[in-house]
Amino acid sequence: MATTVYKTSPYNRISRQLADYAASGLSILSTVLVVAPLVAIFLYLVYKGAGSLNLAFFTQVPKPVGESGGGMANAIFGSAVLLLIGSVVGVPIGIAGGIFLAEFGRGSRLANAVRFTADVLNGVPSIVMGISVYSLIVLPQKHFSALSGGVALGIMMIPTITRTTEEMLLMVPNSIREAALGLGVPNWRSVLAISLRTASPGVITGCMLAFARVAGETAPLLFTAFGNQFWSADLNQPIAALPLQIFVYAISPYDEWHRLAWAGALVLIVLIVVSVALVRYVTSRGVLKGAS
Amino acid sequence: MASAAGSSPSFDPADSSAPGLNKPASEISPIRKFLQSRGSSAALDKAFAGLMVVCALTIFAIVALILFELVMRSRLSIAKFGIGFFFKQAWDPVSGQFGALPFIYGTLVSSLLGLLIAVPLAVGVAIFITEMCPKPLRAPLSFITELLAAIPSVVYGLWAVFVLVPLLREHINPVLAKFLGWTGLFGGPNYGIGMLAAGVILAIMILPVISSLTREVMISVPHSQREAVLALGATRWEMIRMGVLRNARIGIVGSIILGLGRALGETMAVTMVIGNRPEIAKSLFAPGYSMASVIANEFSEASDDLYLSALVEIGLALFLVTIVVNALARLLVWAVTRGTPARVS
Repeated sequence: MATTVYKTSPYNRISRQLADYAASGLSILSTVLVVAPLVAIFLYLVYKGAGSLNLAFFTQVPKPVGESGGGMANAIFGSAVLLLIGSVVGVPIGIAGGIFLAEFGRGSRLANAVRFTADVLNGVPSIVMGISVYSLIVLPQKHFSALSGGVALGIMMIPTITRTTEEMLLMVPNSIREAALGLGVPNWRSVLAISLRTASPGVITGCMLAFARVAGETAPLLFTAFGNQFWSADLNQPIAALPLQIFVYAISPYDEWHRLAWAGALVLIVLIVVSVALVRYVTSRGVLKGAS
Repeated sequence: MASAAGSSPSFDPADSSAPGLNKPASEISPIRKFLQSRGSSAALDKAFAGLMVVCALTIFAIVALILFELVMRSRLSIAKFGIGFFFKQAWDPVSGQFGALPFIYGTLVSSLLGLLIAVPLAVGVAIFITEMCPKPLRAPLSFITELLAAIPSVVYGLWAVFVLVPLLREHINPVLAKFLGWTGLFGGPNYGIGMLAAGVILAIMILPVISSLTREVMISVPHSQREAVLALGATRWEMIRMGVLRNARIGIVGSIILGLGRALGETMAVTMVIGNRPEIAKSLFAPGYSMASVIANEFSEASDDLYLSALVEIGLALFLVTIVVNALARLLVWAVTRGTPARVS
């Protein structure tokens, strides 16, 4: 059978060649189809957003319906507060988890379980995170609060930070650790001052990735931070957040609010693109140059 | 992109398929052990190690706590409706009748629609980037796909509401109705918003997830496989089909399932375009509702306990399903990228 199949006839060769061309064409086409929406989204966002951005957007709070003008200063501030709380919750636990995986639990069953759980946590839908934190913090407290929103964001940051920290620490060569121990440095100091320090560009990268990811999260904030039309810096009160405000404005029927939603989306996306690009720059430079 | 953090972007992929990946990890030299177990700092060391373990265990605690809270808050509705909750179509907060079927249907249909659109495109992009793309284009292209993953859901939703929905309503839906209307899938009133819009926006959102993981899996196929197929006289497409895709198929399936997990839990963009009507309609133009969006829309206005607990039960179902889906996907992706020698079949 084999001999007959592989007997080359001109027809066979042509059809194979055609299949090759077709496959190449299709994969190029699909790449174009994928790149197109991104370019479309981005250009449209810049076009709509740039037209609506002005100084008032960054300095004023939202105006009531019907009045034009106003901005999202309180939402930008609120997002900053929420992200700060999130980082305070998420970064230490995330990094410590990564240190455990890379320095203490290597290859152990516990470490595998932690790694797997972190991946599971990463896949939990953000809306589910929202209702869990709602029933954990908001219900007992009986009111929405900035604190609960920040905690929800912090929990969402943990898995990303843990996994990147682990990976970066694993790239630190053992000889460096042993050199430190050989000089009489206690293990905890060697972990913090040698391993973690060597891996710090990568660890920071991981934190920024997590940060950029939760910066745009809306769903976990719906029932925790809740949103606020006014200035608020009270951690026990509802607080505005940029993605929440964009959501509320986008589904509203008012043109003026749509305008603000576009401006907010542009601000959000610029923030995220800059941090992703920065991350990419840092990693492409070689995270642990000179170390390995 | 965030979910791809599991597999290191900076490891040399050729290394990770080599059998000795954990070489530096498993050996701790006896000298080091000796130095660590002795001296004045041993107590402090133990305390530090303990602290790190506690932090790592926090991750368990969080997942357990989420599960516990969801079960506790939904027990009212679990007790009242039992398993029938998932098979009933009624959703009537006024008379206290709750059934999750329309939402399950909406989530499944929109996610599968998204997959249907996204998978061929994602695999095509991965093939293009790994096998065909000229080198200078490779980095910008993967950067662009990464960017797609970084755009927040609410921005996708905003774009979908103001650009995609009008586009579907004015240009694409009429064409679909004209040529495929006989299937019954593309009939009825054409609002623009509806199941189809949700499927398309989901496709755009899960594309980068699937394509970046597929790319990783394809990169981890050893070069010798490609060279062997080429040496037998294969064209490039035959090389990709026999040498790469066949070896990477388990990992590709894994990345598709991971994309499914993402689509199932996606909230904001879907909420903004799916139409939010708890009905099961055959037409993809008709508005629907998804599990995540019913929670997003109705949770804060749920007045009585039963209503709230029915919504939490939907959340619980979503949580369990995404855990299973994600675990499955991880295992499949790991099976390929982690040192298992490529099987020739």
